[in-house]
Amino acid sequence: MNLASISPILLLASLMVAATPILLAGIGELVTERAGVLNLGVEGMMITGAIFGFAIAVETQSATLGFIAAAIAGAALSLLFGLLTQYLLSNQVATGLALTLFGLGLSALLGQGYVGIKGVDVSKIHIPLLSDIPVAGPILFQHDLMVYVAILIVAVVWATLKFSRIGLILRAVGENHEAAHALGYKVIRIRLMAIAFGGACAGLGGAYLSLVRVPQWTEGMTAGAGWIALALVVFASWKPWRVLIGAYLFGGLTVLQLNLQAAGMKVPVEYLSMSPYLITILVLVIMSSGRGRAHLNAPAELGRSFHASS
Amino acid sequence: MIRLEKRPTPSQFWTYTTPIVAVLLTMLAGGLMFALLGKNPVTAIKTIFYDPVLGEFAFYYRGQLLVKAGPLILIAVGLAIGFRAGIWNIGAEGQYIMGAICGAAVGLAFYPTESWIIFPLMILAGALGGTLWAMVPAILKVRFNTNEILVSLLMVYVAEQLLAAMALGPLRNPETAGFPGSRNLQQYPSAANTDLIAGTGMHWGVVAAFIAVLFAYILLSRHLMGFHIQLAGQSPKAARFGGVNPKALVVFCMGLSGALAGMAGLFEVAGPAGQISINFNSGYGFTAIIVAFLGRLHPIGILLAGLLMALTYIGGEAAQATLQIPAAAIQAFQGMLLFFLLGVDVLSNYRIRLDRREPAR
Repeated sequence: MNLASISPILLLASLMVAATPILLAGIGELVTERAGVLNLGVEGMMITGAIFGFAIAVETQSATLGFIAAAIAGAALSLLFGLLTQYLLSNQVATGLALTLFGLGLSALLGQGYVGIKGVDVSKIHIPLLSDIPVAGPILFQHDLMVYVAILIVAVVWATLKFSRIGLILRAVGENHEAAHALGYKVIRIRLMAIAFGGACAGLGGAYLSLVRVPQWTEGMTAGAGWIALALVVFASWKPWRVLIGAYLFGGLTVLQLNLQAAGMKVPVEYLSMSPYLITILVLVIMSSGRGRAHLNAPAELGRSFHASS
Repeated sequence: MIRLEKRPTPSQFWTYTTPIVAVLLTMLAGGLMFALLGKNPVTAIKTIFYDPVLGEFAFYYRGQLLVKAGPLILIAVGLAIGFRAGIWNIGAEGQYIMGAICGAAVGLAFYPTESWIIFPLMILAGALGGTLWAMVPAILKVRFNTNEILVSLLMVYVAEQLLAAMALGPLRNPETAGFPGSRNLQQYPSAANTDLIAGTGMHWGVVAAFIAVLFAYILLSRHLMGFHIQLAGQSPKAARFGGVNPKALVVFCMGLSGALAGMAGLFEVAGPAGQISINFNSGYGFTAIIVAFLGRLHPIGILLAGLLMALTYIGGEAAQATLQIPAAAIQAFQGMLLFFLLGVDVLSNYRIRLDRREPAR
């Protein structure tokens, strides 16, 4: 094994890119869950976003349009989930799974003509002065725009939930929907908006995978990223900035694992590829143990349907 | 103004009718999807649902029906028992893979000895492999209160990597120069899971599936454990007061569904698949979730749902060959079925009321 072939600067630089897909999906799911809705279809929305983003970007030769299309596709798919769980009061766990299964099938169907096609260039932005700082420059300031958009979304979500009226209402709906309903808030409508936001973010995350991270379309390319994003929300105990920390930690581990593979570590590649999933499980265990610490902060109505009796 | 009114108890009529409505709606929506793909929707639906059973080449497809339905039913029965108790094992795909790896490993360890004991041992090893894999989310849930949905699902990806490692490493056939994949168990009589009656597709896995349906039926309708399972699912609080041990229930349900999924994997690897290869698993573990719901989490329902779902697989393959409908379309089709099923389920739990009076605001 040649550890010297791993460049710490390159490793840290690719960390932010590796983290962005799950960061986007994770922050979206956080908003959905804070409204009291458990959408297990993140994987399905991500992969749908991945194919829509890739296809539209290739057809129009514009990555921006690709990302927009991915967000719309993700939101549309999530609204299907919203329709079923909010109006037809179906079980959220089962419906989320259906969304994942359907998304995987739909994306494979739509993506048939796009296997092996070259994607579009997503230009890296060059921030004057900042990008030229010796070590921190390449690590922090030489990425494509979406990396920073993701961070911005986290900041906006944090500020909205903490300081704004709509954030307060959203949290109220997630903590006690009966009370929120009694106060005259439209529980279903607020939840649908939260679901759509989560879907749009998951779509963006998927498109980031197919347009920047990989960048190519292959069937089933999300490979569990959606589930890892769901775990990330638990890790973050439903707090926005912790999603960012968690995503970057996870991104770092993924990149390290890939670098170890490339450096020819004396362990079969398959065992290294397992590590992200095992680490996620380990993190879930740590966060959940100790008298259910993570659950103390979970929205009280998470996963429960709301049906106004009058 | 359409209003939903909760029924005191779910409607018997709609409980039986909703799966049929869902299937019909899926056919309509699926037909639309095929039309968008530029195919004749009527021909496509007929190719998928009619031809494999009653068409010209049905004699070939009918055998395949049992081959596909066997693992689906076996897995779905186990999952349904857990789902009824509110325990969500959605990682059956991983347990299926582990059952195949463990079972095949035992068989390959005996190669080339011939003995009647080998196949039973393989079944045992398969069940054990699936159980052990399911014990990871179960024990983490019981001990650390970890979400079993996420853990069981993440374990699928671990199992897939392990499968690749096994196909390339320890279980690789030493006689093929570097090709991934194990020896073909079909060519090893003591380990082969062949058709019991040639050409029917009736192998030991199908027999096991029928036995599982029977046992699940008895468990759920006649046994105290079955009562506890249903009680825990419908009212966790009442279950606790009623003396149900929720932790034991988690271990039991996860273990049982893991064992059945593991056995399904073993029967598949020793039978239709023949060998451990990188892409051995084909999503039965996930499709079984749809089967469980389509069968209304009831063993007999699952039997019928498993056959119907097997039909979509076989019909899908036929449609692929004759109409060039992509394989992925069938996957989307199956996902759609689950959507419609969950959607129309509202009819069995709620009454739909049309009233002109708006509630006071």
